[in-house]
Amino acid sequence: MAKKRVAVTGVGMTKQRSSRPDVTGIELINEAVRAALDDAGITRKDVDAIVIGNMDHFEGINYVDTWSVDGNGALMKPIMKVCTGGTTGTTVAMAAYYHVASGLFDKVLAIAWEKNSESDTTGAIITAFDPFWDRPCFAGAVAGLALEATQYMAETGATEEDAAYVAVRDRKHALLNPYAHLHINLTIEMVMESPYLSWPVKMGDMCPRTDGACALIFASEDVVDEFPHRPAWILAVADRHLWAYTSDPYVNQKMVGGTWFPAMEKATEEIYSKVGITDPLNQFDLAELYLPYSFAGLRYMESLGFCDRGGGPELVRSGATDLGGKCPVNPSGGVLSSNAIGATGLLRVAECALQLQGRAGERQVPNARLALATGFGGCFWSDELILGVDKPEKPRG
Amino acid sequence: MENWRENQEIIVMEGRIKVPYTWAAGEVGTRYLETLRDQRKFMGTRCPRCEIVYHPPRRNCPDCFEECEDWVELGSQGELQSYTVVRRHHPQLSPLPLPFAYGIIKLDGADTGFLHILSDFQEGELAVGSRVEAVFAEEREGNIRDVLFFRPVKGVD
Ligand SMILES: [Zn+2]
Repeated sequence: MAKKRVAVTGVGMTKQRSSRPDVTGIELINEAVRAALDDAGITRKDVDAIVIGNMDHFEGINYVDTWSVDGNGALMKPIMKVCTGGTTGTTVAMAAYYHVASGLFDKVLAIAWEKNSESDTTGAIITAFDPFWDRPCFAGAVAGLALEATQYMAETGATEEDAAYVAVRDRKHALLNPYAHLHINLTIEMVMESPYLSWPVKMGDMCPRTDGACALIFASEDVVDEFPHRPAWILAVADRHLWAYTSDPYVNQKMVGGTWFPAMEKATEEIYSKVGITDPLNQFDLAELYLPYSFAGLRYMESLGFCDRGGGPELVRSGATDLGGKCPVNPSGGVLSSNAIGATGLLRVAECALQLQGRAGERQVPNARLALATGFGGCFWSDELILGVDKPEKPRG
Repeated sequence: MENWRENQEIIVMEGRIKVPYTWAAGEVGTRYLETLRDQRKFMGTRCPRCEIVYHPPRRNCPDCFEECEDWVELGSQGELQSYTVVRRHHPQLSPLPLPFAYGIIKLDGADTGFLHILSDFQEGELAVGSRVEAVFAEEREGNIRDVLFFRPVKGVD
């Protein structure tokens, strides 16, 4: 049980770019860390503990916690690294939350980053797969997602054009975010005409590879008044993991009771019951979802309870998830516009915090009070966090 | 000093980490791979509690956490649960020349699908729910690629 209520009180990030040869990983981390400290009006000396995360194999460097100590601010402080694949950034956020919620630390710095330009992402990602049953046949992330897309289309009748709506929506939102990597005014036709990578997934459906870092300050209810910005409270967190082999997350549903996307649905059930969410489309003011490719923007809406199974395409085409709609999804431009993989989950939480603090610039959702952030990956794992403007009446967990 | 960047490209060092590993298949994996190699048969393991038949075999059920000691012989045909036709070749990683597909195949007698490669198919011949069959390599070495690929079952509908 949580002992303290926890809020995000400082946000820092680098601009997300395809390649940052002008800085090393340590220096990239430092850009985000200094931005977060400045934003929170504190210095390195004020930080009680640090959580950092990325995916080791994308830079070929282990012990990122100690290797990057010059940049991460952890000299002679407690630091731990977490790495849970695509969910790394949200797991970093949750681990920082646990640090503070436990009552053991008041001010915790959460850092997540990646320099995808420094390796072959597809080649490196194969190390996440089982050496006997998956690796001899399989490669990369695109095909694994494509297997999910094929199954989704066969079960619901959703089309490639439905998915293209998601790709266009998130890229349009990114035009309003100077920190986003891709700034392309895409059209449905451009997505549909882009080359297939692995049918039915096309170039226009996929996230880019990005260099970038993000850092957040998590603070205890006892110290939030020391910070210049109003707190973005963490109302609850939940996560579920499911994966041994490539086929498990969405096909081998019998293993976990036959649900549609078990990890996401079980995490959702838990977090919604903690916060009292019964009608997410109307209750949330925005959602920052880890959508690694366009089809996820249909299917996840169903698993997150925004619509019934098979209802994703109609919901997205209605405009309800556009900026200006009932519940904008990915006002930041999302993962489809920036994907520095380790940082990606933390960027979702960062955007929720900025929106709740009224600091999201041109993409600000008016009067945003309640926001959902998700992490995907690791693979087909689900991390979820709900953030709000109103201080929760008690610590929730 | 402030102008030094104008004529200077950033120095980028190339590297390659090539580390040898020796991954043990364990008793369960070895029994499976030996049967595949020597008898061209697929085997699964059954959970004594929930009775799910796992393929590839698992030593314990991840849910019930019971030891799966019962071995079950499976068919070499099965149902295609999902697939993707690969359109981009990766020289180091693609297991076959294009065109090929990845498929999740639930073999007859198993409750779980597993990942393998599909080849020898016509355009439009694959669908979720298609019947597919294993094509074995002549020379087999005791790994999952002793099955060259799966292909649509010919003449069955
Ligand atoms: Zn069982």
